[in-house]
Amino acid sequence: MRQRAVCARCHTVLIAPRRKAGKQLIALALTVLILIVAATLFPFLSIGAGGMHHDASILQAAFVFEGGLSVLSIAVLFFIVLIPALRLVLLIYVLAPIIRDRPPAPLARSAFRLSESLLPWSMAEIFAIGCAVALVKLSDLADVVFGPAAWMFAVLVVLVVATDNLMCRYSIWASLDE
Amino acid sequence: MRTARDMGLVGCTRCMRVSHSCTQICPRCGSALQSRDPFSLQKVWAWWLLGLGCYIPANIYPMLETRTLVSTQSDTIVGGAVTLAQHGNWGVALIILVASVVIPVAKFFALAGLGIGVWRGSRLSERQRHLLYEVVEYIGRWSMIDVFVVAILSSLVQLQALATITPGRASLFFALSVIFTMLSAQSFDSRLIWDSARRPDRKEDTHP
Repeated sequence: MRQRAVCARCHTVLIAPRRKAGKQLIALALTVLILIVAATLFPFLSIGAGGMHHDASILQAAFVFEGGLSVLSIAVLFFIVLIPALRLVLLIYVLAPIIRDRPPAPLARSAFRLSESLLPWSMAEIFAIGCAVALVKLSDLADVVFGPAAWMFAVLVVLVVATDNLMCRYSIWASLDE
Repeated sequence: MRTARDMGLVGCTRCMRVSHSCTQICPRCGSALQSRDPFSLQKVWAWWLLGLGCYIPANIYPMLETRTLVSTQSDTIVGGAVTLAQHGNWGVALIILVASVVIPVAKFFALAGLGIGVWRGSRLSERQRHLLYEVVEYIGRWSMIDVFVVAILSSLVQLQALATITPGRASLFFALSVIFTMLSAQSFDSRLIWDSARRPDRKEDTHP
């Protein structure tokens, strides 16, 4: 389980895929979690036309569906905020004991299985492209300005994709196997 | 090609662990193990029909309702794209048409084609069908973009008397249609493609 390749001369660690990737993944996941909280609360986009002005946050965008459509508000909130956040929390929970060479946390396998099955339903990056389309639609009619949350969200989307690419599912499953 | 099934083994679709074919639950991740899902096609068609059923009202009801000083306008998906094209925004109109009409319709055809292909054989090769399935599964979630655009536009364009945008009923039906077709694609057991591709030589095998 704890194999690594070390340079015989200078003792530099040459190969330790599991440990290194695990630490980087936890760092990325924590960063993204903080960004998600901040990006949800700060104003996202603001619009100005004819002397009028309006700000919107991601939460306001999710809760725009009212009345009979309010189910959709909950779904959108899950797709763009809660499911991405939950996947990161589960990933940290699974990886934290592994990188310290402790036995896997209780229910770690179920947690990782849940995180993996939620992957198609995590749609933060699709929301980001949706913003671009909405901006193009509005650009003729009004002045649209990015708020602080928009920049956080832009960074966040790149990091979410990076997290999923850096993650070696095979090694994580192998390290959860006894 | 030798498959796990030929060797009396079954692979876990979730965590990739290989177990003996009599194992019911994956010892590593706890997923249910099945060499093939016998109800796969039933599930695919059930979700497919629900998705299609929701896609029709999604195109009839308005997606966006725009109120300005002078007028109130309801736009369906296609209507909105046509309006954009009339204003000269050909690029955006094309993106919307592709994301909300071409891709969903192509997805319905592709899923139906995959289902029928397993059932009574297909002219496409095994490899082409796998590619088709991967594309359908990958692209499915991107259709949700239209719902997000509606959410962003409606939360942002709240300029009191000047202009307000509110989401229309079609947004819910469209979102449901995307969710149901995603579930339909996920229910498809892609290993069935191998069986239907092998079927001709199997028949030869069973001949005495």
